[in-house]
Amino acid sequence: MLKIHPKVKENTEIADAIYKLVLEGDFPQNEFKPGKFLHVKCSDGLDPLLRRPMSICDISDDAKSMTVLYRSEGRGTQLMSQWQAGREVDILAPLGNNFDLDNLEAGSKVVLVGGGIGVPPLYYLGRKLKEKGHEIVSILGFNSSKDVFYEQEFSSFSEKVYITTVDGTQGMKGFVTHALADLGEDNWDVLYSCGPTAMLKALQGEVSADKTAYMSLEERMGCGVGACLACVCKYSEGFERDKNYSRVCTEGPVYDIREVQL
Amino acid sequence: MLKSLSVSRSETTIAGITMKNPIMPASGCFGFGKEYARFYDLSLLGGIAIKATSLEPREGNWTPRVAETHAGMLNSIGLQNPGVEKVIEDELEFLSKYDTKIFANVAGHTLEDYVTTCKILSESGKVNAIELNVSCPNVKDGILFGSDEDSLEKLTSAVKNAISIPLFIKLSPNVTNIVNMAKACERGGADGLALINTLLGMRIDLKTKKPVLARGSGGLSGPAIKPVAIRMVYEVSKVVNLPIVGMGGIQSLDDILEFLYAGASAVAIGTANFVEPTVAPDLIAQLDKYLEDNNINSVTELVGLAWKEKVS
Ligand SMILES: Cc1cc2nc3c(=O)[nH]c(=O)nc-3n(C[C@H](O)[C@H](O)[C@H](O)COP(=O)(O)O)c2cc1C
Ligand code: FES
Repeated sequence: MLKIHPKVKENTEIADAIYKLVLEGDFPQNEFKPGKFLHVKCSDGLDPLLRRPMSICDISDDAKSMTVLYRSEGRGTQLMSQWQAGREVDILAPLGNNFDLDNLEAGSKVVLVGGGIGVPPLYYLGRKLKEKGHEIVSILGFNSSKDVFYEQEFSSFSEKVYITTVDGTQGMKGFVTHALADLGEDNWDVLYSCGPTAMLKALQGEVSADKTAYMSLEERMGCGVGACLACVCKYSEGFERDKNYSRVCTEGPVYDIREVQL
Repeated sequence: MLKSLSVSRSETTIAGITMKNPIMPASGCFGFGKEYARFYDLSLLGGIAIKATSLEPREGNWTPRVAETHAGMLNSIGLQNPGVEKVIEDELEFLSKYDTKIFANVAGHTLEDYVTTCKILSESGKVNAIELNVSCPNVKDGILFGSDEDSLEKLTSAVKNAISIPLFIKLSPNVTNIVNMAKACERGGADGLALINTLLGMRIDLKTKKPVLARGSGGLSGPAIKPVAIRMVYEVSKVVNLPIVGMGGIQSLDDILEFLYAGASAVAIGTANFVEPTVAPDLIAQLDKYLEDNNINSVTELVGLAWKEKVS
């Protein structure tokens, strides 16, 4: 795999500027693992030139369909929002590392923490963790009620879903960290997070040093395959490997929450 | 006989280096090859220009390091690399199993830096040529050598004297007169030239009202810079008697033909690798087919047609 050409099956707006794209093709789940990403060609021409990284929101159990959620904001995603059913799409995938689902103790208590367009990859992850018998609480943060999506979907495998909005128009008023404090550290064993840098930074500060916690990063990318060094971030003290910098597209996008500096 | 002709139509020899075709990925746009070896056999390539290598490891600039522009991109990667010893040990060792020609792109702070690094690479026996990067806009001092004729000539001859493999100088387009720079390289004893590196540019974020790149400015690459590159290859190749590796915005066979007509003997593909990982072998196949379909016996016949008198 690596270069794939699936077809658009569905492309609809599900919240304010948030689109759900369903692609038809062949996406074996042992390759398209939760946390891996796609590098999508949005334009047929030169504008925009580069591909757009997108996370995998779900893969159907028959491996024939893949869901991607994206926010239409820049030129590339605006073009995507006009894609019609039947269109063939040019994608590099699956790229990057993935969430670790195999080294959890049986019956772990898992908390998923997503912010905005960082929510989607946690859906596929949560569904798979539930299949393995873990217990899940989801915390989904948005700016306002018009931005909220996938509450129902997360409910299908979560014991509890917290929705937080910055303006308080839905759920708990404030940030995901408020909901996490409400849940209490004693009530979870493993945390998985994805969202804006400010949110991840706040989590880095909140989560105690002895807790198992992961984050998935969203960096600006060029090649998406490790060649251009556009997407790097610096390892935290004590986490350095043979190099000081980590390529989010290759060594990431999933890291221990303390592993790299934000 | 005919058959052997058809396999060698794309073959070309520049500065004594015989390449199976005139196409290579450009420096900084292909890492050290490993990433693209997942997509195809690197032995298909005429050559590979590896990521800029310096004497000591370099960390590069802060992020954001890239920004998109119309038909192009800005980068301020800043020569991040693990240093020459590690490059030889890890990266060049990996590349040695492929049947292709390695152009080692070298960056330095000082003349001594450049000379030492090139000497080490030359003596390693693992590279076929040096491509001296005197033109990186993303470091404080890189562009100095590239924009001053005397320093450029001195640097060229110092490096040339220290190595036993062909020396290419990669020129900066950020100069008033590219021809004078090319002539300085020729005087210094260069075996070939590579042009162009990226053009200095900037983008401002409309929300923050500040430059998008952490470093402020960066190097513009991609289709947007092709006309500038073509013009420079044309001007330089007309007056300087050195083979040229032309680059800047190549995405298609037509782009390659334009560079060859302008006077490039070989071409390098940069940014397009990010868009289409298999672009180099794709275009190699297209060039082969083009030469065959048009009954052109050697790609070398196309070089400089934009300004050469037609000999019949
Ligand atoms: C991300 C990036 C990194 C680059 N790094 C180097 C480098 O290390 N050394 C160098 O000589 N040129 C470097 N270049 C310049 C390219 O080799 C090439 O000269 C330029 O991008 C024009 O070609 P293109 O339009 O096909 O990309 C870099 C370009 C890009 C886009
Ligand atoms: S996007 Fe090119 S190295 Fe990560």
